[in-house]
Amino acid sequence: MFLPFFLELKAAKIPVSLREYLALLEGLKSGLVDYDVEGFYYLARSALVKDERYIDRFDQVFAHVFKGLDALAGDDGIDVANLPEEWLRRLAEKHLSEEEKKLIETLGGFDQLMETLRKRLEEQKERHQGGSKWIGTAGTSPFGAYGYNPEGVRIGQAESRHRRAVKVWDKREFRNFDDSVELGTRNIKVALKRLRRWIREGAEEELDLPGTITATAEHGYLDVKTRPERRNAVKLLMFFDVGGSMDDHIKIVEELFSAARSEFKHMEYFYFHNCIYEGLWKDNRRRHSEVIPTYDVLHKFGPDYKVVFVGDASMSPYEINSPGGSVEHWNQEAGIVWLYRVLNQWPNAVWMNPVRENHWQYTHSIKMISDVFSQRMYPLTLAGLEAATRELSRRH
Amino acid sequence: MRFEGTASYVADKDLMVAVNAAIALERPLLVKGEPGTGKTELARQIADALGVELIEWNVKSTTRAQQGLYEYDAVSRLRDSQLGDERFNDIGNYIRRGKLWDAFTTDRKVVLLIDEIDKADIEFPNDLLQELDRMEFHVYETGETIRAVNRPIVIITSNNEKELPDAFLRRCFFHYIRFPDMETLQKIVDVHYPGIKQDLVRAALTQFYEIRETQGLKKKPSTSEALDWIRLLVADDISPEDLRGDAKSALPRLHGALLKNEQDVHLFERLAFMSRR
Repeated sequence: MFLPFFLELKAAKIPVSLREYLALLEGLKSGLVDYDVEGFYYLARSALVKDERYIDRFDQVFAHVFKGLDALAGDDGIDVANLPEEWLRRLAEKHLSEEEKKLIETLGGFDQLMETLRKRLEEQKERHQGGSKWIGTAGTSPFGAYGYNPEGVRIGQAESRHRRAVKVWDKREFRNFDDSVELGTRNIKVALKRLRRWIREGAEEELDLPGTITATAEHGYLDVKTRPERRNAVKLLMFFDVGGSMDDHIKIVEELFSAARSEFKHMEYFYFHNCIYEGLWKDNRRRHSEVIPTYDVLHKFGPDYKVVFVGDASMSPYEINSPGGSVEHWNQEAGIVWLYRVLNQWPNAVWMNPVRENHWQYTHSIKMISDVFSQRMYPLTLAGLEAATRELSRRH
Repeated sequence: MRFEGTASYVADKDLMVAVNAAIALERPLLVKGEPGTGKTELARQIADALGVELIEWNVKSTTRAQQGLYEYDAVSRLRDSQLGDERFNDIGNYIRRGKLWDAFTTDRKVVLLIDEIDKADIEFPNDLLQELDRMEFHVYETGETIRAVNRPIVIITSNNEKELPDAFLRRCFFHYIRFPDMETLQKIVDVHYPGIKQDLVRAALTQFYEIRETQGLKKKPSTSEALDWIRLLVADDISPEDLRGDAKSALPRLHGALLKNEQDVHLFERLAFMSRR
């Protein structure tokens, strides 16, 4: 019965599955949130949305699908004509002060008031939207006179009266979470996992079964051997191209960066612009004052580091092959000289390019860099990342 | 069993619906939110409110899923066999029960808290899929199957350091604890420090939200930090007028409770410097 809602969520690219939809139905069936739209909204959100990024989108779809369903609850057809007595009473008690209740008494008593309400509801033809509107517009009726506005009343709800004016889902409080950067990196992390290199170092905590068997056979008595646990010891060095044409690709590069940063303990990174020259930097705000000589980096990190360049490699060919070709400063030596120095120090290197692979042929500099890297240039996509990690893990 | 919040924990309606759905449908509830918004506290309060036991499993970066089920201590067994200890004949003596096992086999319903699941390896949640879904697992060493007598109420917290796999998410209910608005925060303060001076709280909270809204903070202060700060203010008997701190800096009094790194403190000093000019 909520299938259109479910399909709209799917259409809005919220990852919902049948399993979650069934969980929602099960929740409704078990009577968790009877006659309570807000409760239904919360239940649906809790069952269907599993990531705060999608809550805002969910709110929009919800508002769209359940438009007009605000005052009277129960999409699954609560019999409005047969409003339970204590339900109405509770509603009134909640919203009426003592004096107002006295006033009702003078008007014929609470029961009669409720009787009137019920009668009016019976006259009502359309149950859902109409019902709410109808009560709401009855401004001259006792309901209006006693100062509660049924237009926004959530029947059977005790808390958060202040929220009534705006429906909870219309407030869209989760807007900020949509598309924040640290998220959405799971796929990248899984791809990067391939780079793990397990070695055993540290405290000897794990039983070494083959070692124990060998030692026992040799000594003639049981000799338990232990060994350290496996740990990921891969060392990664990343160079990021920043500024200029890279601005178009900032999102995916940030994703790669945050994924790599949380996945590897030994990860170092440096920034460069377009091509690598004699200076690198670690902080883009202080790129001119705190330049780290590339030679220092070359000497500091041993050849066991795996190196990943991230850049679009789109520049003028002079920036690669002539001294003084850099767009930012006078470089004594050509970029290509530095690239070869880097590759000599770290043979295990790849270049990740965020430009789409089928556009590479149109830019001369991409081909030049790719040649320098012996064709180890990969597109910055999941498939490309996997190919790159496979290449990087081929040699230790 | 229904959770309606407790005297010392302010629960919004959305949180209550999510918790009750998880209890009624016996599915895990995944709770996310900024650090310090009371995720771990929630499990304690649910256990409190329902009057059941809480079993806590704190996950670390080295935790493996298997440790939550059981561990087989082969080394002790080998040692015992050499010493001629009779116990070694029964492999069951060397199976150490994990938290999940404990939670499955208690004769009353319990609340099982799996705290900070995102700290563990990226495959960790996948390894627990079946165990949490069917609430049973197999012990290879003894050949027995441990099945939950009473399905525990499972609360899982995450700080968003790693994303969790879809298959895992599909099996959970989800709740994101958003940062409370001023009104709710006031309620939380009242619950924790009843009888506190209202004008001080109002002044403190106003300033607290000003700090939170400052652009460029590395770590925004959270609910628990607000509570600590207010406790300090009360302990030092600071009046609302004094709260602003000295005029030279924009830093509030006792800011150490709110700003936890020096870049943020510098940021405030710089802002003060600029506003003075």
